[in-house]
Order: sequence, then structure tokens, then C-alpha cells
Amino acid sequence: MPPSRDVVFVDGVRTPFGKAGPKGLYAETRADDLIVRVIRELMRRNPHLPPERVDEVAIAATTQIGDQGLTIGRSAAVLAGLPKSVPGYAIDRMCAGAMTAVTTVAGGIAFGAYDVAIAGGVEHMGRHPMGEGVDPNPRFLSENLVDGSALVMGMTAENLHDRYPGITKRRADAYAVASQEKVAKAYADGKIQPDLVPMATRKAAEGWGLATEDEPPRPGTTPEGLAALKTPFRPHGNVTAGNSAGINDGATGSLIAAADTAAELGLTPKMRLVSYAFAGVDPEVMGVGPIPSTERALRLAGLSIGDIGLFEINEAFAVQVLAFLSHFGIDDEDPRVNPYGGAIAFGHPLASSGVRLMTQLARQFGERPEVRYGVTTMCVGMGMGGTVVWENPAWEGAK
Amino acid sequence: MSGITGIHDDEAVTHALVRDVTLPGEAGTMALITLDNGFDHTKPNTFGPRGLTELDEALDAICERSDLAAVGVTGKPFIFAVGADLTGAARVRTRAQAEEIGRLGHEVFRRLGELEVPSFAFVNGAAMGGGLEIALHCTYRTISSGVPAVALPECFLGLVPGWGGTQLLPRLIGPANALKLIIENPLSQNKMIKGTEAFKLGVADAVFEPADFLEESLSWASRVLTGEAAVPRPPFTEDAGSWEAAVAGARALVDMKLHGASPAPYRALELVELARTAPRDQGFEAETQALADLLTGDELRAGLYSFDLVQRRAKRPAGAPDRALARTITKVGVVGAGLMASQLALLFARRLQVPVVLTDLDQARLDKGVAYVHAEIARLLAKGRIGADTANRLTGLVTGSLTKDAFADAELVIEAVFEDLKVKRQVLSEVEAVVRPECVLATNTSSLSVTAMAAELRHPERVVGLHFFNPVAVLPLLEVVRGERTDDASLATAFAVGKALRKSGVLVKDAPAFVVNRLLTRFMGEVIGAVDEGTPIETADHALDGLGLPMTPFTLLQLVGPAVGLHVAETLHEAFPGRYKVSASLANLVKAGKPGVYAPDFTIDPEAREIFESQTIGTAGPDAEQVRQRALGALAEEVRLMLDEGVVAAAEDIDLCMILGAGWPFHTGGITPYLDRTGVSEKVTGRRFLAPGVASVPD
Repeated sequence: MPPSRDVVFVDGVRTPFGKAGPKGLYAETRADDLIVRVIRELMRRNPHLPPERVDEVAIAATTQIGDQGLTIGRSAAVLAGLPKSVPGYAIDRMCAGAMTAVTTVAGGIAFGAYDVAIAGGVEHMGRHPMGEGVDPNPRFLSENLVDGSALVMGMTAENLHDRYPGITKRRADAYAVASQEKVAKAYADGKIQPDLVPMATRKAAEGWGLATEDEPPRPGTTPEGLAALKTPFRPHGNVTAGNSAGINDGATGSLIAAADTAAELGLTPKMRLVSYAFAGVDPEVMGVGPIPSTERALRLAGLSIGDIGLFEINEAFAVQVLAFLSHFGIDDEDPRVNPYGGAIAFGHPLASSGVRLMTQLARQFGERPEVRYGVTTMCVGMGMGGTVVWENPAWEGAK
Repeated sequence: MSGITGIHDDEAVTHALVRDVTLPGEAGTMALITLDNGFDHTKPNTFGPRGLTELDEALDAICERSDLAAVGVTGKPFIFAVGADLTGAARVRTRAQAEEIGRLGHEVFRRLGELEVPSFAFVNGAAMGGGLEIALHCTYRTISSGVPAVALPECFLGLVPGWGGTQLLPRLIGPANALKLIIENPLSQNKMIKGTEAFKLGVADAVFEPADFLEESLSWASRVLTGEAAVPRPPFTEDAGSWEAAVAGARALVDMKLHGASPAPYRALELVELARTAPRDQGFEAETQALADLLTGDELRAGLYSFDLVQRRAKRPAGAPDRALARTITKVGVVGAGLMASQLALLFARRLQVPVVLTDLDQARLDKGVAYVHAEIARLLAKGRIGADTANRLTGLVTGSLTKDAFADAELVIEAVFEDLKVKRQVLSEVEAVVRPECVLATNTSSLSVTAMAAELRHPERVVGLHFFNPVAVLPLLEVVRGERTDDASLATAFAVGKALRKSGVLVKDAPAFVVNRLLTRFMGEVIGAVDEGTPIETADHALDGLGLPMTPFTLLQLVGPAVGLHVAETLHEAFPGRYKVSASLANLVKAGKPGVYAPDFTIDPEAREIFESQTIGTAGPDAEQVRQRALGALAEEVRLMLDEGVVAAAEDIDLCMILGAGWPFHTGGITPYLDRTGVSEKVTGRRFLAPGVASVPD
């Protein structure tokens, strides 16, 4: 950075997230139908954008087979009814798929290759369980390239507790309870609903229904309740279903544009891209990934952690958020962090989560003109982290 | 209920699955009913007594609730609902059963329009007959722009839209538009309209794209409920003048097409007239009475029989060999470059998408033939029926050759040369000299013997008759003729080709003029014979109007051309001199070069009249009723002889041929149901063609 052209986040929308599995909202709904619905809603919400002005459709999915295969970005664009002249492609950086879709098209915009792009992600973990069809090279283990626990995300979270012995199960559970409470409050305050697009859900035996809210949140979660949960990854361990994100289905999408094009078309930016960075760490402690990626992104932006007024950090595991906060000296209960709650409650349909963070940060920017900068950050399997630094166009200091 | 459940033992029950939907925009909760029979879209939702009862029970449960803002109805993927279960309708025996079907449909469907909360139909897929009527009962409707078929096909079959359609639709979209759906479309080859057209007619209040049709429909429903979206509709008018004008216009159309031959459209007209002023109960009861009359009448049974022939029997031709025996066709040869040959070349190229070579001995004729095909392709392109790439492809596929060498690698060669046995034999032997032994040789003869044509070939087992009907691109019938020595593989190939050409193949024996021409010529022979005896042309030509045929005999003669008619008559006369006569006047008409007896303004051409009158044998020919009796008697006699000769497997195949090849109507069931129900079969042949109940009300 700095980019040759300013890049802005114009709008973001997502389907409600569902619980994966045969009883979940989307048990009989196709993954491509989820992302198609999101793309159509983005276009509908931005009538000033002529569809033929979309220059790229970048859609992420971790498991790119079946209804998440066939170059999902292109096939979703066709299914969504965008002009055939609009190209598309598929992206994969596991959990940071949608985030990478955004940064990749942003790079293209900054370079001048695009004016406007759609970037998003979809993951139907019910139809495509984690690890479906993977074939890890035996050299990973034979040459000790990674630890045996590196491919099981829950084990990497347990490993993180070892690295940060001060982060106890009690702290992790307390963080999880707070996340559930924040989501319940955000729903009650109507902060979440505007960024959702209702999704038709058909089950052969039940007929058509309509998903209008996230299915995973468990309001009323208590520390006592969480304390009783099993620790499936380690006997007497720390990581439970209660202090982790679940296994979920959902899709997200965003409209990313050059600032000049947004102005030309009358699209109102909700965030301005300042910098982004990805970083690698040891795969067996992938949860620390956001630390080096954030340090790098801040350095590129010429900012320090103290300049950041809002954090949207993906809650794959409570321990991973707490490790990040503890590294930067931020309190567990700091109100700048995930004000609407996070993935422990909302759910985490892998490749789609990155844009959920951005959509929520954008809404907070709108309400918080005193905040100038925010970050969206997340950890990624195989030992990575990703961070995007955003500036608030509504920042009062700019006036 | 008990009276009609028994006739639907095998009902594919359309279930009414109910789920609560939280409507966006705080519009409240909707109970959303999904109609789903549990099968995929190839077996659409239909309504029988059990399905209606399930819907009724679902509405009972809904009515007990006080927390609902609205009720919705939608279908399974691709299908909304396509109407009453016809298999059950065909089994109705008594008037009481028929009335019960009518009343049950009304009682259940009307609840949707009489709830305490508004109801919405979300027409996501095909909606026909009762399927459209259930939507009409709802307070509001949305429709998907992807819906391929919206129709009230009842009059096409011999019914009326009798579950509210005739009463609700005219009041919703006005009598003129309603009659388009109720009368005009069903009587125009059962035309269906698409979702967008249905919206434009006012059948639906809003139209949404299929990609997120249900979501957008629910969002619209919420806005309607909260008052955010207005639902503009044309004001209802009881103005007698406009209703009378609309009904009179439709009646003229029905008269022109049917001459009173089938009661259903007339009943529909009466019901639409009634809808102007009749209260709901009265209108619905009138529908029930009309349904009961029609369900206990033979015209409808013939309609259902015809529908079944076209839907089922046409797809599984009786006597056709195993499909697996068919050989792959990668190239086709056409001998001849005349109009028929060129039409065939175009059809083969379009449907099989393989190279097609026309041959003719004369370069000029050949060039003309190929040019004709290329021009037709250009026309398709200009009309937007095909794209530029396809036009290029098709144009490249059709070529001409002066020699038959070009057939060397063809798997099918069809000849369409002059109707002369010697010429055709010569042509086939020349082709055989070039092609591979398994190449199928087909003849498009309309009356010559396929067996005789093949007799002198080295491989007579590969010769089949493929008798197309003019215009080739339009008429769906293909008579597939098996010669005495035709083998199964060649025959299977012929059927496979017919299917690929989107024709319905019917297997016929190698008998003079096969099925359609033999019957039409016999029929026409009686009409022309009457004129020869002194009956005025007009009288004879209109003597059979009561059947509601697509055109009068002399109009048909004009369409095929007197020369062709004469030729077929001569061939049949040679085969069956006792029954087929050659009219001297017809021969004179051909000699005079007349296109027929009608002048361009559809009056009788005085010169044609003179040709006939100068030859009149008697002083006074038979009157109209006598002409009718004779013609029908002749048909019955000929059909019986054809069945006895084994020309086709069964009377059903004769009827299928007459429906698909001659356009004879559903309400006559082709021809044998009509001959049976008018008593002609028994009078002339001593027996019926079909058992009672097959195409008539069971005894």
C-alpha cells in the first residue's frame, strides 16, 4: 500500500446462518442457491449499479465440489441473472475465503483492473463436511512439516491454551457467554436483521419455509451450562462446543468498488479500505494467525493498535480471540471488540464469515462517527491469519 | 366422500404441507401451504378426493388459529398444480359421483377465498385447470416469470373449468381476457401461456423472477399486508354490453371450430355469462351441474381417451421393436430435390443435426432444392427461432450432389421421388449399390407397396416406409411402414429417427395408403360421390359439419391438391375397386388445372361447379343426412376391414393416426369412439370398435 486508487466497501448482505445437519435450516437447500440469493439481494439493494458494471464476481468456498464447485463465482453469477459479460471465479483460503475474495478484488480495483466487484463466500457444512475429499500429503507428518493435530481445528485450539496458559477454560467460557449475550442484545436492538436477506428453505417432507434469522445463537447461555460440556478434543481439556463456533451453513456477499466509481454511480461507501495483510504461523496453533497479520496490516497502514476503535474478530474459538487480545493488551471485555457478538453465537460457515465481519463493522461505523479505524481479522486453517484495516467514512474528524 | 374415493384407489395424493413463515417487515405470521405429491416434476401435483380432503383438513387447522396474518399456497419445485386427477374422472359412473367431485372441489377451494385473513397464491410453476383455479380462489396471486404453462385446458378435453374458474376468472380479468383462457386457447391446439403473459392478462397481481421467486413473493405479500404495496386491478364491470360482446365473440369462434359438435365450450360460455351477475353459490352450483353433465357424457370420455392416446400410446408405439436395436444415424441421404425432399432435408438437419445430402440428376433442380433449404434456415434465423451459429451450422449440414456416391457413409437414405413403383425400385437399387449393407433405406411413399419396392434389393430387410404428412414441419404423425421382410433393427431405427424428429410414429402394415390417406380418401370418396350423383357441392361439403372436423372435405382436397387426391384415389381404386371409385369429375378438375372447387374468396368456383354438374350421373343426389350416413358408414366399414387385415395393432392406433395426422378432434376420439357412440359401428359392422367405458361412459 498505499493503493493507487481508493477502494471502498459499498454494501454487504448475508443469508441467515443455519446449523449444519439434517435438522438444520438449510438441510435440503443448495449452497449455490444461498450465494445466488445474496448476489441478487446486493443488486436489488443497489439499484444505481447497472449490472453490466460489475466487473468480477469472486466467491469463496472451502470445499469446492458439487454445488460449491463449478467455479462457484462464475456459476453463481450466471444463476443470479447477471449479464453473461460479467466474469467470475472461485477463491479458497478456508475460513478467510470471503475476506480473501474482498482483498483480491480490492487489489484488482486498486490496480485499475476493475471498477466494481462482488466478493463473498458460501459454505454449506451440512452438504460439505469439513475435510470432505481432502488427501493430505504423507510428507506433512513423515517430515514433521506439521504436527499431527494441525488439521483438527479443535486440537489447534487446545494447543493454543498450552501456549497461553493464562487463558483458562473459565475465561474462555465467560467470553462465550458474553458473545451470546451481545448477539441477543444486538438482535433485540435490530442491529442484525437489516443485513440479512430472507432465504426460502424447502424440505421435501415439510414444504417451503423461510429463514429470517440466524439459527445457531443460544440466548440464555450460562457459565454453569458451558462448564458441563464435554471437551471432545482432549480429556479434561478446555475447548467445548460452547466456547467455539459451530458447524454451519450460510452465504455472504459484498459490493466492493473504486471510490471514484462509487461516486460516479451514486453508491454510498460504508467503509474505506486502508490496508490488508495475511500471515502464516505454525499450523498446530493456527489461532494465533491474526496477531502477525494484524501487526503487518497496521504497519502497512502506518497505524498502531491504539488507533483502532472497533475490532471485528472471528470467533472460531474463544481462546483464539483471547490470545489476540492478550497479545495486544486488550481487556477480555473491551467494548471495542465484537460489539454485536461473534461467531460463537452467530455461527461460522467457514468461507463466508469474512464478509459478515465487514458488514457488522460497517454498520457500527455508521453508528459511531467518533471511530475512525476498525479492523476485521480472523484465523485460518493450516496456520494463517488475515486482517483488513478499514476507515470510517462517517468519521466526524473528517468534517 | 365415500362415493368417489373408491374410483381413485391409485390417487397420487397431493399433500398440503403447512409451515409457519415469519413475514419480513413485521407483517406477522403466514401459514404457508406447500402442495406436493412427493414425486419430482415429471409427475405433477393433481387433485383427487384424498388430496382435496388433506387440503381441507389443513385449512381446518388454519381456521382454528387466531395468530395468523395470512395464508399462502405454493407448489413443489417447477410445479404449482395441474388440475384434477383425470384418471379418476374417467372412472366416474354416476351423476351423483360427478356432482360430488364438483362440490368437493368448490367446498375446499372456496375456503381460501373466504378465510378471515387474506390468502396468497405463489404460482411458482405450471398451473393448469384446477391448479389455476385454486390460485384464483386466493385473495392475491404472484407468478414466476419462469412458469412455462398457465392454462385452463378443460374445454380442450371436453370439460369446463368447474372448480370456480368460470366464475372467478371473468370477474378478475374481465370476460374477454377470461374467455381467451377458457375458450380460445384450449380450442387452439390447447395453447398454454407463460407466467409473464398471465401477469399481463391480470391473472396474477405481481410477477417475480424464478431465482428467488418465493422470497420476493413473500416480501411482496408482507408489503401488501402492511399497506405498503398497492394492488391495482381493473375495476369490475357488470356492464351487460361488454360481457355480451365478449361472449358473442367467443361463441362465434366455437361455432366456427365445432359447429356444435362438443358441448363443453358451449357450457363454458353459459357459465361465463352467468358470472356477470350470479352470486357465488349459484355460480359454483351451475359449474357443478355442468361438470356432472359433461362427466356423464361421451364427448368428454372421448376427449380423455384421445388425451391418453396422445400422451401415452404415442410415446410407446404399439408393436415397435426394442429401442436398443436402433442404429445411430450420423448422416442422412435424401433422393430427390423437390419440395417434399427439401422439407425432409430441413427437418433431418434441424432435428438430427447431422449432414444431409440431397441428390438429383438435374443440377438446376438440385440447386433449387438446396437453395430452398438454405432459404428456410435463413427464415428461421430472421424470425429469431434459431441463432446465427445454429443457422451457420444447419446451412453447412445441407448439401447437394449429382451422384449418389455421397451416400456411401450415410446410415439412412430416404427417397422422395415421383410416386411410381418402377422409378422408386430403380432409385433404391442405385442407392443400394453405394451404401453399406446396414444402411436403412426409407421411402416416403404415400400409397405404394414397401414390400414390392424392396423385392429386388439384395437387402430388402432394411427397407421401411416413413410416411410424413404435409406440411412436414407441422403435422406430428409419422406412419412407420413395416414391409414383409423389414427386420427389427431397421424398424427400430425408423422409430428412433421419428422420435428424434419429434414425430409420433405409429406402426402400420404395408397396406395400400396405410391409415390416414386410406380413411380420408374413403370418406372423401363418399362426399364426392354424392356430388357426382347430383348433391350440390355445398350440401355435400357441409354434411359432416356436426363432427367438428378441422376442415370440410373439399377444403381438405384443396389443401392437398386435387392431383394428389386423385392419385391416392386411383391407387386405392386399384387395390379395392369395390369401395374406392375414381370420380370422373375429380379427374376433370385436375385436367382443368383447378386448385379445387373453391375460389380464393371461398365461394364455389363456377367453372369447378360446371365440371361436376356436366358429369352428374343421377338427377338428385342424397341429402345432407344421407351423405353423412354414407360417409360414416363407409368409415366404419373401412376401419373394420383395416383392423381385420391387421393394418395396425388396434383401433386405438387408427384413432391416434386420425388425431395426429388428420387433426381430427378429441371429442370424436379420432373416429372410432364417435362411430361407436352414434351406433354406426354396430349398424354397419355388427359390433363396436371399443368396449363400453374405454372412450365412453361405462354402462
